[in-house]
Amino acid sequence: MADGPTPLRRLVRHRGAVAGLVILGVLALLAIGAPWLSPRDPIKTAPRAALQAPGSGYLLGSDQFGRDVASRVLHGARLSLVVGLISVSIAVGIGTPIGLVSGYYGGRLDAVLMRVIDVLLAFPGILLALAIVSVLTPGLGNVMIAVGLAAVPTYARLVRASVLSAREQVYVEAARAIGGRDRTILTRYILPNVVAPLIVTATLGLGTAILSAAALSFLGLGSQPPTAEWGRMLAEGRDFLREAWWISTFPGLGIMLTVLAMNLLGDGLRDLLDPRLKV
Amino acid sequence: MLTYLARRFLAVIPVLFGVTLAVFSMLFLVPGDPVKIMLAEFVTTPDQVAQMRAQLHLDEPILKQYGRFVGNALRGDLGTSIRSRRAVSTEIGDNVGSTAQLALASMAVAVAIGVPLGLMAALLRNSWFDAGSMIVALLGVSMPSFWLGLLMIVAFSLHLGWFPATGGGDLWHLVLPSVTLGMIASAIIARLTRSSMLEVLGQDYVRTARAKGLAWWGVVVRHALKNALIPIITIFGLQFGNLLAGAVIVETVFSRPGLGRLIVGGILAKDFPLVQGTVLFVAASYVMINVLVDAAYAFVDPRIRVG
Repeated sequence: MADGPTPLRRLVRHRGAVAGLVILGVLALLAIGAPWLSPRDPIKTAPRAALQAPGSGYLLGSDQFGRDVASRVLHGARLSLVVGLISVSIAVGIGTPIGLVSGYYGGRLDAVLMRVIDVLLAFPGILLALAIVSVLTPGLGNVMIAVGLAAVPTYARLVRASVLSAREQVYVEAARAIGGRDRTILTRYILPNVVAPLIVTATLGLGTAILSAAALSFLGLGSQPPTAEWGRMLAEGRDFLREAWWISTFPGLGIMLTVLAMNLLGDGLRDLLDPRLKV
Repeated sequence: MLTYLARRFLAVIPVLFGVTLAVFSMLFLVPGDPVKIMLAEFVTTPDQVAQMRAQLHLDEPILKQYGRFVGNALRGDLGTSIRSRRAVSTEIGDNVGSTAQLALASMAVAVAIGVPLGLMAALLRNSWFDAGSMIVALLGVSMPSFWLGLLMIVAFSLHLGWFPATGGGDLWHLVLPSVTLGMIASAIIARLTRSSMLEVLGQDYVRTARAKGLAWWGVVVRHALKNALIPIITIFGLQFGNLLAGAVIVETVFSRPGLGRLIVGGILAKDFPLVQGTVLFVAASYVMINVLVDAAYAFVDPRIRVG
């Protein structure tokens, strides 16, 4: 490994990862620049300009309320990326300490925490997020919390597994032998072992989180009108599939591209950082 | 084998208890008074609120409430829907068939596409077919089911007019939803089949079988595929959960009756007993399906039941 190319160089050579990075970079630029790049106000209605086909007047067409689809898609990118980042931060922020403590101390604490995780994992896929949204009441903020909390078990388990293998390493034993405190051992010797799988999973998790949040909004449980959010836009375009395909097509494409980019990058990072995780 | 199964079944009991506890506490985690939230859209007198509270036994000590909840659930009584005034178990009974149909049909689609695709990709490793099918699989993993569903409606219903866009009931209505859900699941199965197959193809016993002079296809099917399918069985259980959860979304896209639409409708209508009952039912079914999958796993792989 020492003689091989640096990780960064290997990343640049990984075609999938590069493709993912490029798509993500463009999306991030569009999202950040949305207020300046948008031709029109994303939520301002113009009934007389409703259902315009994509073309010179409206680049990506207009929806049933005469709102500019291009501007809405751009603002949607902003929202989706933020929602994904916040949800994953919640999941990682809660899951990592649980996994660290559970894996490092073991014993009864570990047993209790893992039983709780088992119970949460009994709710498949989006069902846990649905249950949490139903408790918190629908809304985009609560969707982020729900999607984040629903992913906590994944990270807790992942971190715990990494800690369990790191805990047995000789250097950890050595640190303990010379009287290192738990906190020091955990943060300095064990946490670094957890970082690689965590980065990989969190990158892939970003895609999943964006997908789940858009799904909840599609179901009417997330963002509320007139917010320019991709899932919501798909739901609103549903009644106009025949006469105005563009209302739902562009936000759909947006979601797919974003998630695809995260998956490409995540797969690439996994190949580079943690080949053991390869499915 | 029997001890293994018995242990596996026993291990499920605390999980199921945890699930009931989690679902039961939903009502108490609601910010504010759940009864007032549930009745928000009705004009109510304080008497009616009190009556509702009594009907839901919210005036009793919490432990007693939980005991009642579990006891009733074990007898199949999941409470009464606030909107429809019907038993939640009846609502579930009316909808479970449609969702089960969708999940099973999707699974069939997923396996029919995913396993051959992954198998061919592994056998033709590093060819254009391998690269192409893995790109398709990656697109499938990234595809929002609700968008794919809408595209299906546009293509096969609005333009070609082959299948109905919405509703449920007969097999004709099942095609688009199950293909939508199945195609997405097939992407994951294809990726898994490919990597599992690649691993097995590198094993000594495959090389030995080849060295003995056995035909390539015989080795692939009899020696390699048989073993490669073992990890895929586990994914069945997990995927089945994903299909159940995916049904929530796809049912809404195709306005198809089912448990998913029951839950979503219940959340929007703030019908807590309906949401709790249905969520409990789906989670419990998922847990039980996974036990059965584990049993099947132990059956095909002796290493599991012995070790």
